Amino acid sequence: MRITQGTFSFLPDLTDAQIRAQIEYCLGRGWAVSVEYTDDPHPRNAYWEMYGMPMFDLKDAAGVMAEVDACRKTFPDHYVKVNAFDATLGWESLRLSFIVNRPKKEPGFGLLREEGAGRTQRYSVRAYATERPEGERYT
Amino acid sequence: MGKLEQAGGRPEARERYRAGVMKYAQMGYWDAGYVPKDTDLIALFRITPQEGVDPEEAAAAVAGESSTATWTVVWTDRLTACERYRAKAYRVDPVPGAAGQYFAYIAYDLALFEPGSIANLTASIIGNVFGFKPLKALRLEDMRLPVAYVKTFDGPPTGIVVERERLDKFGRPLLGATVKPKLGLSGKNYGRVVYEALKGGLDFTKDDENINSQPFMHWRDRFLYCMEAVNRAQAATGEVKGTYLNVTAGTMEDMYERAELAKELGSCVVMIDLVIGYTAIQSMSKWARRNDMILHLHRAGHSTYTRQKTHGVSFRVISKWMRLAGVDHIHAGTVVGKLEGDPNSVQGFYNVLREDHNAVDLQRGLFFEQDWGGLRKVMPVASGGIHAGQMHQLLHYLGEDVVLQFGGGTIGHPMGIAAGATANRVALEAMVLARNEGRDIWNEGPRILEQAARHCTPLKQALDTWKDVTFDYASTDTPDFVPTATAA
Repeated sequence: MRITQGTFSFLPDLTDAQIRAQIEYCLGRGWAVSVEYTDDPHPRNAYWEMYGMPMFDLKDAAGVMAEVDACRKTFPDHYVKVNAFDATLGWESLRLSFIVNRPKKEPGFGLLREEGAGRTQRYSVRAYATERPEGERYT
Repeated sequence: MGKLEQAGGRPEARERYRAGVMKYAQMGYWDAGYVPKDTDLIALFRITPQEGVDPEEAAAAVAGESSTATWTVVWTDRLTACERYRAKAYRVDPVPGAAGQYFAYIAYDLALFEPGSIANLTASIIGNVFGFKPLKALRLEDMRLPVAYVKTFDGPPTGIVVERERLDKFGRPLLGATVKPKLGLSGKNYGRVVYEALKGGLDFTKDDENINSQPFMHWRDRFLYCMEAVNRAQAATGEVKGTYLNVTAGTMEDMYERAELAKELGSCVVMIDLVIGYTAIQSMSKWARRNDMILHLHRAGHSTYTRQKTHGVSFRVISKWMRLAGVDHIHAGTVVGKLEGDPNSVQGFYNVLREDHNAVDLQRGLFFEQDWGGLRKVMPVASGGIHAGQMHQLLHYLGEDVVLQFGGGTIGHPMGIAAGATANRVALEAMVLARNEGRDIWNEGPRILEQAARHCTPLKQALDTWKDVTFDYASTDTPDFVPTATAA
């Protein structure tokens, strides 16, 4: 399967030139770009690991690309995403978030069910990969 | 009354309260020199007086009938600080290009309104006056809500930003589809549509406004099958998915019961119809806030009073009331689809729902500056007769913070529902990518879609199927303004 979190997951994997164009778009709007990675892609995992701090003061797309590359090199079999944070009053959250690296093989998720009264079910989504310890998944 | 008219201004108190009938303007409901206070609520009406009724008197009558007046003088006014309680019409402008119609500005003191109650606000402002005989027609065009009053409302329980954080979806419009056919599917077949659409790439599916609990599908059955579909789709994609479970019912007790099951099953969103009424909407908003639930509002019934320009209530006012009442989603027009929607008017509604602060924008029908006092933002929903081939137009007109709902445009795809969903999602992501790269999507849109279709057969099929479908009719509800007019 292919996890389709992030803004552009339905498109073919973005080339470096495409990633850079999106970063330029974000920097042009004054947003702070950050890089995050994980090997626990559960849809409710809100806290991927931060690859350094958000680059609040970096205005150069080449510099951001270097960070993206460094993260991808360090974690070639992890999910890596680029986020753009907008600190404008009334927003103060992400404006863009897209995946730039993913494991070669994505085994996906199982759906666990627990039967309840009145035909209700309690559902739980679990990534097959996370049955192994952190750092040993997707290898 | 001759004596009063000779006086030329306000009558003495003794004359003013003499038993009998008196013009509204003379009763104190017209005051050309009145300067609205920051705490006043201001309503802008489009009035069409009967022949022989002058516009100032008509405006005064609207002010009177929507505040303290009745048809005759009553001495009991003198037991109150009645000057304060009287609404004041203070300005009347001819409507550009519409003979016999006038924009009347009326100011209401904050003390007239119960805090946090749309029912009270609307009972005051539109409660009585719309059937008033001296007017041929009356329309509430816009309303300035003082921030002191705005702060008495909770507003949207979730709002655009928090909704995006909960769904982990940023930088693009959200995608939805209404399950079709509207009526007749069993719960099991209905859930099939939900599963295919969500797995194929949509973020949301939706019950239609009249899907409640009918003989062909009871509500519990629908909820159970839909949540099976939502969870299966989440596992298949790794994304958060939702389906607007319509909890609209005959009583509040029934609605709460249905909403509780939606919560128990893990739904992130419930839905209500506008026809349940303002108080029921506010009650469901409180419930949604208590339960971390996104609240979707379908504006069922609104066109009965929003569409005609001369009579009723503009949808921009309904938008303001619903932001106060506290809904997270509201259908607000598509511009390009099958339902009424002039581009300027629709953008005006969207701005009311999405901005922290509205500037005066006569072109878009916004007559007043509006400070929302930090109230959360409502996600507009564009639904009705839209398809993937219009993606560049939709993104251009409606921007990024919107749910684009392709019902027929998903389910009617020649290769099935999941393929229809994929086509829409690919078209959307390709268009956002191109826009961010600085491309001119308005002009290059069809080419961008064609390029994206090279790696996505379902998109190619969607474009081929619907390429010539447009709904190009003149709009009924357009703003009337003089392009050079300056801000009030």
